[in-house]
Amino acid sequence: MALDVRPAPPGARAAPPSRRRRWRSRLSRLDMSLSPYLYISPFYLLFLVFGLFPLGYTFWVSLNHWEIIGGHEFIGLRNYERLLTDDQFWNAVGNTFAIFLIATIPQLVLALLLANALNRKMRAPTLFRMGVLLPLVTSVAAVAIVFTQIFGRDYGMANWFLHFFGVHSVDWQANKWSSWLAIATMVDWRWTGYNALIFLAGMQAIPRSLYEAAAIDGASRMKQFWRITVPLLRPTIVFVTIISTIGGLQLFTEPLLFNNGYMNGGSLRQSQTVAMYMFENAFQRFQYGYGSAVAWMLFLLILVFSLFNFLIIRRLAGGEK
Amino acid sequence: MRVIKHRGQIALAMVLSAALAAATACAGDGDKKGSDGGSGGKITLTVDDFGTFGYQDLYKQYEAQHPNIKISERNVPKLDDYLPRLQQWIAAGAGAGDVVAIEEGIMVKFKSQPDKFVDLKKYGAASLQSGFIPWKWQGGMSPDGSKLIGLGTDVGSMALCYRRDLFKKAGLPSDRDAVTKQWATWDDFINVGKKFSAGIGGGTKFIDSPETYYNTILMQEAGKGTNQTYFDQSNKFVMESNPAVKAAWDETVKMSQAGLANGVQFLSDPWSQALKNNAFATAPCPAWMLGLIKEFGGDGQSGKWDVAGVPGGGGSWGGSWLAVPTQSKHPKEAAELVKFLTSTQGQIGAFKAANNLPSSPQALNDPAVKAFTNPYFNDAPVGKIYGPAAVNLKPVYLGADNQEVRQAVEADIRAIAQGKLSPGSGWGKAVSDAKKASGTG
Repeated sequence: MALDVRPAPPGARAAPPSRRRRWRSRLSRLDMSLSPYLYISPFYLLFLVFGLFPLGYTFWVSLNHWEIIGGHEFIGLRNYERLLTDDQFWNAVGNTFAIFLIATIPQLVLALLLANALNRKMRAPTLFRMGVLLPLVTSVAAVAIVFTQIFGRDYGMANWFLHFFGVHSVDWQANKWSSWLAIATMVDWRWTGYNALIFLAGMQAIPRSLYEAAAIDGASRMKQFWRITVPLLRPTIVFVTIISTIGGLQLFTEPLLFNNGYMNGGSLRQSQTVAMYMFENAFQRFQYGYGSAVAWMLFLLILVFSLFNFLIIRRLAGGEK
Repeated sequence: MRVIKHRGQIALAMVLSAALAAATACAGDGDKKGSDGGSGGKITLTVDDFGTFGYQDLYKQYEAQHPNIKISERNVPKLDDYLPRLQQWIAAGAGAGDVVAIEEGIMVKFKSQPDKFVDLKKYGAASLQSGFIPWKWQGGMSPDGSKLIGLGTDVGSMALCYRRDLFKKAGLPSDRDAVTKQWATWDDFINVGKKFSAGIGGGTKFIDSPETYYNTILMQEAGKGTNQTYFDQSNKFVMESNPAVKAAWDETVKMSQAGLANGVQFLSDPWSQALKNNAFATAPCPAWMLGLIKEFGGDGQSGKWDVAGVPGGGGSWGGSWLAVPTQSKHPKEAAELVKFLTSTQGQIGAFKAANNLPSSPQALNDPAVKAFTNPYFNDAPVGKIYGPAAVNLKPVYLGADNQEVRQAVEADIRAIAQGKLSPGSGWGKAVSDAKKASGTG
């Protein structure tokens, strides 16, 4: 029987952990792994109840023939088939995309140039930067009403201004292109400042040393802008484009008030957007099933178009990586 | 273990936020107490209506006579906005007022749900039958004739309002009898319009828009023969086969092709701006229109308008009933209010306030009504102009989806007036839009 005289391994001298200490350490490990999920759970719980569930329920309603009186009847994808041949729907889709393109492309270019200007050294920079944000603070409905008056045919400021150039009494609501232009103006007025500030934030992350190096190499301001700023702003541009797409395709309040509160968007639906068409079907014609199908089609269109935009911008804004 | 800094302050902040949230949650219930008659026995009755019913003074009178009742009116100017709200409230069984107004164009839709409305006969309305023009009384009954759903308020017999001063300026006779003689038919009306446009100068037009006149002409044409418009008595879609609709359409297209229209949409913001700025000189005037013109035209035009006979003679547009939804918490008090507002005295009061023509024969024959002149309209003897026609009006049947179809067809007439739709293809489009709007297409 040999005696084990090897020196004891370190820590073996300590007393074995009591039951209480073992429970505590398990709790502490649980705390480390679970706490992150618990901290973010309030948002996700709310999202589950007010976001995900309605999304699924709307899809379920869209598979039914559901009117305000009487029950509902499951009809599968028949609402979607009807949607594909509904010229009023495709008219609304066309209007929505046209307004979106007319509004967003100039808006983002303008925002980029504005951010570039705000990035320079100037006096009272905060004042100017807060100033471009002011239009965002106003009520959407109030803006729409005022702009509708500005674009009034007989007494509006826009026509008064245009008559100096020989253009008389444009009926802004009656033509497609003029109604799109008027609504795009309202949207641009509101969102250009906001997007400019987001671009500005992105620009300020670009190290000045790049600009200095380029200046030494003899690059003009313009070249610096297109070769340094824009490529390095790519993630910001992608973000802004996706947010604008989502917002732009859901346009509702501005076109509605532009047409004096009539959901049909003009005598020939010149400026009816998909959101307005959805509302007309669900809450005026009381066709809940068909309206839900329109809502889901809008959702799918936004998904597809956002993805499309994402891929395009990644291509276009990509400089040397 | 790290100590959280400022633990006390953070705890205080959390307690205050929780208290604030709790206080906000409790505050919302405070305004419900009044309507239950719980505290002090006061009952608040909500009246849902549209346009100008002229009941303000009547409410005050009723509240003075019944100290425990308070009346709160929810008014929506346009019928187009009123309809979807009322539909939703009635179908959902909650949200409607204790008293709701139902216009002739939407009455069939709501009568088809008689279980949603209180039978006013249960509250003593049966004895009031002699107080209403027979067809108005019948119009308020449920389809099977067993329930009285609505008591009649006004009828919309037709005249035509015009601006005396603008007619004078254009070199046209401005005395109301002379004016009436000038336009015995709608074609004559168009000719007067052309003369007006030639003589007036400036940007003033003869009419606001063709679609406002379209409904007038349609109701006249329907009244002449078939007594129905887009739907027949069995609610079948008959727009294509009913000659009244095509005749009204053609006449309206003629009006817009003659370049007489300003183009503003009836009751929109630009319409009220145009009204104030003398941009159009005439308006079809069912009795209730006088109240609207006065409200939107403002004091500046008092005395400048006048009332003449309508081309084509006869016709009617509008007129309503008051009903009590079964969801009301105070059906008895609501029924009493309805009986008061639609009584002879109530109708005379509404006539004096907003020029809504009574549907009660006693009111129509009352000297106060017969002799009433409207100062805003150059002291036109409106009682004499509108009264006699009212008793002889024949009701036109308007189907359950009348309002939706009307909106669709009028939008196409608007498009023709704007030059965006050719008259040739316009009729076909109007029929298909009407079918879509009513769910038959």
